Amino acid sequence: MADVKTVNLTIEGRPVTAPEGTSLLEAARTVGVLIPHYCYHPGLPVAGVCRMCLVDVEKAPKLAPACATSVAEGQVVHVHSEKAREARKGVLEMLLINHPLDCPICDQAGECELQDYTFQEGRKDSRYQEPKRFNPVEDFGGDIMYVPNRCILCTRCVRFMEDVAGDPVLNVSERGDRAYIGKFEDKDLTHPWAGNVVDLCPVGALLSKDFLNKARAWELDRTASICPNCTQGCNAIIETRDNVVVRMRPRANPDVNEYFLCDTGRLDYRWMNGPSRLEMPQVRQNGQLVDADWDEALGAAAMAIRGKRALVLASPMLSNEALHLLSRLVRATGGTGAFRVTRGPEAPLPGVKDLALRAERAANVVGAEKLGFTKTDTPLAGLAPSDVLVIADHALTDADRAAANRASIVIVVGTTMPAGLSNVGAVLPITNFSEEEGTFTNLRGRVQRFLQAKAAPGMARPSWFVLADLLGSLGEATNYFLPSDVFAALAASHSEFAGMTYDSIGLRGLPVLGAAQPAGAAQ
Amino acid sequence: MGYPHAPHPRETLVLSKYFGDREAIGLDGWRKRGGYVALEKALAMAPADIVGIVKDSGLRGRGGAGFPTGLKWSFMKPGDGKPHYLCCNADESEPGTFKDREIMRWTPHALIEGCAIGSYAIGAETCYIYIRGEFTEPLERMEAAVREARAAGIIGPNAMGTGKRIDVWVHKGAGAYICGEETAMMNSLEGKRGNPRIKPPFPAVAGVFGQPTTINNVETLAAVPHILNNGADWYKNFSRPDNPKSTGTKLWSVCGNVARPGNYEVVMGFPFKDFLYDLCGGPPPGRKFKAVIPGGSSVPIMNMEEAETALMDYEGMVVKGSMLGSAGCIVIDDAQCMVKQIARLARFYAHESCAQCTQCREGTAWTTKIMERIEAGEGTMADFDTLLEIGENMTGKTICVLSDSCAVPVISGIQKWRDEFEAHITGKRCPFRAAAAA
Repeated sequence: MADVKTVNLTIEGRPVTAPEGTSLLEAARTVGVLIPHYCYHPGLPVAGVCRMCLVDVEKAPKLAPACATSVAEGQVVHVHSEKAREARKGVLEMLLINHPLDCPICDQAGECELQDYTFQEGRKDSRYQEPKRFNPVEDFGGDIMYVPNRCILCTRCVRFMEDVAGDPVLNVSERGDRAYIGKFEDKDLTHPWAGNVVDLCPVGALLSKDFLNKARAWELDRTASICPNCTQGCNAIIETRDNVVVRMRPRANPDVNEYFLCDTGRLDYRWMNGPSRLEMPQVRQNGQLVDADWDEALGAAAMAIRGKRALVLASPMLSNEALHLLSRLVRATGGTGAFRVTRGPEAPLPGVKDLALRAERAANVVGAEKLGFTKTDTPLAGLAPSDVLVIADHALTDADRAAANRASIVIVVGTTMPAGLSNVGAVLPITNFSEEEGTFTNLRGRVQRFLQAKAAPGMARPSWFVLADLLGSLGEATNYFLPSDVFAALAASHSEFAGMTYDSIGLRGLPVLGAAQPAGAAQ
Repeated sequence: MGYPHAPHPRETLVLSKYFGDREAIGLDGWRKRGGYVALEKALAMAPADIVGIVKDSGLRGRGGAGFPTGLKWSFMKPGDGKPHYLCCNADESEPGTFKDREIMRWTPHALIEGCAIGSYAIGAETCYIYIRGEFTEPLERMEAAVREARAAGIIGPNAMGTGKRIDVWVHKGAGAYICGEETAMMNSLEGKRGNPRIKPPFPAVAGVFGQPTTINNVETLAAVPHILNNGADWYKNFSRPDNPKSTGTKLWSVCGNVARPGNYEVVMGFPFKDFLYDLCGGPPPGRKFKAVIPGGSSVPIMNMEEAETALMDYEGMVVKGSMLGSAGCIVIDDAQCMVKQIARLARFYAHESCAQCTQCREGTAWTTKIMERIEAGEGTMADFDTLLEIGENMTGKTICVLSDSCAVPVISGIQKWRDEFEAHITGKRCPFRAAAAA
């Protein structure tokens, strides 16, 4: 990077130093100046068509599009000069003349850039008296619906499908004010990453059918998280309304998923709200599982485990923290730990290096392996009749069930109750990942944090909390008050994680020591 | 030649000398008329020398912008290891312009010769002639001529036996005005939607297929062989003594309310008044001229006071508040409604906007709707401000100048014929339509 030349310029009176070739728009962003824009998106090729980002460059005869103008030495740029503001006002008026102004029934309202900029600096009225253009709503296939009347033809969706997804099914059809986003006949937006066009759309023209009319943008609570649906570990935002997850959206991270999230990750969130949750600790009394309090259940579980070898069947959806504590349980009992991972077809996003919906459909496969769990299709093969089987939120096949029923006793640590088990000694209900805080390790060894998005059901407790208590009941030292305490213990005992803390991981993640990062990643 | 009329003695026939001469269309006939002598001469010269002569001649782009041709050619750096391309812009779509069509219909080999010389001068082995989709006859003539020239070894892998490769291809557009804009034309050539590109990069850096490209108008290239045959000084002499910046002869397409519409070739700096009244025969009987659009529909409309004192070259038109443009001269007489004419022009631009830039996509259509509402007698006085402000928003803010071109006639129309607009608004009807009905 040392040989990249930098130039010095002034934007809105602030001195800026930026590498040669940086756009004015990006350079302004580095000093906290937002240049309003629609068609520009950092993850897409520059189009320069909305003309919203026109800025006033001293000594230039015309206003310059900030997205398509490179920084130059000594430039003096005014974003909020009279001339630039008038130009933006003009663009906003033009964008609204054929716009239906149906914000009250539009899903995008509240997170709409057309709405935002119009409120910020648009005209208070329209001079347009003529009839508005009308085009009917169109089903684009997949999860996507097109409302052409709201479309401002920024072409972000067209560019995403063509240049990033490599599946050019969208185009601009017709010319002049008759133009609309067209879809090639017999093609649908069924690309596994097509759902990103909904996020990219700055207005309410491309909508998710899944999210349609579910919530107003301002009713949502947003939580920084990680998509748990495969080993890629795309950074995501979980959006909840009244403690129910209603939408998953990408969270930008140039080192993992840039600005994107695949449709599987986007749409597979309903299980987080799952109805058949374990809400109460249970113990076996007179051959029946009955509700108990936590101390009773933990005591029963500890009693069952003590003196036996524990085979821990740990879900690869569990956090590093939970898996670390489970690995201590394995070690303390001289047992083994294993898991199986569900597989599906891999679906890369061609425009982004090393980004794909991965074949292994669980968040923490690599974390589980690093913490000593064996990935296998027959995780219960080593189960001896004298063993205690600890099922930590792991899904069971029929064969697993048959094997499990041969164990001396089964302890369930989970979000749901596995069916068909006859010898469960204690049930410890835990929260799922959207209800607790923790970390996952993705397939490139990147450790990433997720935060709690919703409340726990019933008496369920975070997995790290339950497992720490269980270890404590077995006489192990567990002085953990926060998930970060568990992580600190993990980092202290695993050299690959050495030195990492929640603070140093932050919200962008940090690779484990020695992890080969994808070429071209920024850090 | 005042084609299709007999030539007028005050014309200077260089490019149009053989308009209407069927024999000049074919290769043999063209050779008899001195064809391909200049190419032979050119291929024996160093490319830089050709560029030098064209620079000296003062030849400027005839498509509308008037950029010096030799200077444009000199942007093509020899020996950069990249394939160079020459594109001949034959997408003549500017309303009121039909000069290139006649060059291609009657003297297709003149254009091929110009293309071949231009290609050689800029180090290009490939030249595309991008012909407007609606030009059926010129397309057939050009294709036939290219076949002839190739069969005769004039162009092809061994042009004129010199061992140099000069391929000329004719590409038919699909019927979009915007494809006459050079970067849109390159997209169209590449098989993409004809949307103008953001500049920079300029075509000389990254043009068609991302390679260095020069785009020249048909008339520009057709003039090059004459310059090589007769010398730069000969060409430079076709100018008025006090303005050496505009040189050569210029084809003018004249249409509208004029006694003898057609193509005329006059030297740069010719008096516009003489041109309109003498060469073109003045207005139709019983009428008076009211307005002239001198350079295709994209330039400001002149009133007669401006037009009758104007001189017909790049600078002469600018002095009078308009532009030479493509020299597609639309003449409007006193029986015509300016509001209707301007509404029609706006409608053209609204139809042809590529829809990329917001101001153009929405502004051209909005302007048209207001203009048509005024013409229908439903305008208000507030529409003036709205039109002028829309025009301001459409000027200098978009990727290409189509948007500006739509605003130009509206702004100049309101400035110069505001009384006609007001008569529509106060009378709640078009006064001209009323007169016609009475």
